[in-house]
Amino acid sequence: MAVKVFIPTPLRGFAGNQEYVELEGSSVDEVLQRLVQRHEPLKRHLFAEDGKLRNFVNVYLNDEDIRYLEREQTPISEGDSLSIVPSIAGGASSVEGLPALAPEEIERYSRHLIMPEVGMEGQRRLKQARVLCIGAGGLGSPLSLYLAAAGVGRLGLVDFDVVDFSNLQRQLLHHTSDVGRPKLQSAREKLTAINPEVTVETHQTRLTSENALELFGQYEIIADGTDNFPTRYLVNDACVLTGKPNVYGSIFRFEGQASVFATPGGPCYRCLYPEPPPPGLVPSCAEGGVLGILPGLVGVIQATEVIKLILGRGDSLAGRLLLFDALAMRFREMRLRRNPDCPVCGDHPTIRELIDYEEFCGVTPQQADSTAVPEVTPLELKRELDGGKDVFVLDVRNPPEVEICRLERSHVIPLGELMERVHELDSARDIVVHCKSGARSAQAIQQLNKLGFGKLRNLKGGILAWAEQVDPSLPRY
Amino acid sequence: MLCLSRQLLQQIREHARESYPQEGCGAMLGWAHGKSKEVRQVEAIPNERLEQASRRFLISSKAVRELERRAEERGWAVLGFFHSHPDAESVPSLYDREHAWPWYSYLIVSVREGQSRDERCWNLRDDRSGFQREELVILGGD
Repeated sequence: MAVKVFIPTPLRGFAGNQEYVELEGSSVDEVLQRLVQRHEPLKRHLFAEDGKLRNFVNVYLNDEDIRYLEREQTPISEGDSLSIVPSIAGGASSVEGLPALAPEEIERYSRHLIMPEVGMEGQRRLKQARVLCIGAGGLGSPLSLYLAAAGVGRLGLVDFDVVDFSNLQRQLLHHTSDVGRPKLQSAREKLTAINPEVTVETHQTRLTSENALELFGQYEIIADGTDNFPTRYLVNDACVLTGKPNVYGSIFRFEGQASVFATPGGPCYRCLYPEPPPPGLVPSCAEGGVLGILPGLVGVIQATEVIKLILGRGDSLAGRLLLFDALAMRFREMRLRRNPDCPVCGDHPTIRELIDYEEFCGVTPQQADSTAVPEVTPLELKRELDGGKDVFVLDVRNPPEVEICRLERSHVIPLGELMERVHELDSARDIVVHCKSGARSAQAIQQLNKLGFGKLRNLKGGILAWAEQVDPSLPRY
Repeated sequence: MLCLSRQLLQQIREHARESYPQEGCGAMLGWAHGKSKEVRQVEAIPNERLEQASRRFLISSKAVRELERRAEERGWAVLGFFHSHPDAESVPSLYDREHAWPWYSYLIVSVREGQSRDERCWNLRDDRSGFQREELVILGGD
């Protein structure tokens, strides 16, 4: 049977700009299948992923809605016309299909339920939500603890690390007895103990360009608690590519930042920082330290933004960068705008798939480690010193680190002061440079090489390796 | 680009304000030239969603057919729809996206404590991956 199918204005661009298409078929379903075969781009607008007509797509046979006939099985007669007619729906969101709350959940969440901004609907929305936390460390601890307590139904965690003594000052998910255990094992126990209603999904793996898109696809909101630039750019780009909001937080020493990136029309992390800083310029928390409370504050701000996004309430941090200074105890705010030239979220994006983020951030192994400079192992240095060789030991760590532990007879010039205090060094002598684990001392050697120093060696593995291999009485930090 | 006179925008804001705390909605009719549209008339439409009307709106296909008919009589098209977000931002929700059509302009008015605060215009991306901002040009003086 030949039939005319009338295409509504918003879809004509996908059907050759025609007002109608003439097709053959004996039932509505057959005609519609032929329509999307002929005009493939129409398919995603008419049919949902399960292959059923989207529920706001209405089909009229002549003047009758097919829902009142035999739906898609409605037979077609010669000369009939089919019209696709939109219905328009929207608004903050729908409660249909939201999971119900059991009586014990109603008791548990009662302080939420009595607020109109949350209510039964909001709490059910939280229960339905799927949130992925990247990292189960400083930021990931308050984030996941509060999201679990608040009743977020599915909480994913990605981490591959094990608990270390130096984590305990701020990573409240992990207790002293957890040292040496995988962080995710420890996290699962704590989160389930706080709220057994929550499904905790652990992903014991490093987040990479290979697995990020697939993983993000399983969640609705991504909360970034990472501590390094390659992963931060990876999380951002994967959020833009999968259309998931990126609830961002970062911390250093006494200062923190938070924002919400990659919301529809809003800026992403690359709009704020198109390029990573040169490697080594911005120290990590392991190098520069961090106030233990700071991730608590910033992670809780992230958790708040996650909850607001789920509830669809309030003003999110999208388009604003919140800056916090714990010493001044002050919050500041910067307006952010989406950059139309942004390589990932701009009008003409050049990045359409995930890239190599280690390379992008300049931390390829050749550059990041100290193989470019001559090295000496702790045992070799010990032998030379014991043998009476004239070796000048230069410690480029910061004074608080030197206070924790230092090598005998070492000379201390923090890396940041090196260029001004270079006159304290004798370029004719053998100099061994060390820091905590070898990265800053390698930088120091590169700087000194440029000034003409030639007899420089890097203590391999820094004072940590010395403590391990030579002097176990030295405290490790 | 969606061009709209200040007077018509005022009508949209007024309707959003009057509907508060429920969502108000309506259609925008006018001329479309390629990707630029000029609104000639706005029509408030009763929210057909009776339940949860503070968070949702519905304009049935029956109403849309009527709109199409009226627009065609004047040589216009249905350019898009406006709706309000009571006490929420003028940013499309996931629900908005799931129910959106391409090409149409979606104007969202944020209403806070009964006052229309700001409005933004959006288009669904062709691949349905999300919305993009559509430039909103307000014509005419105060």
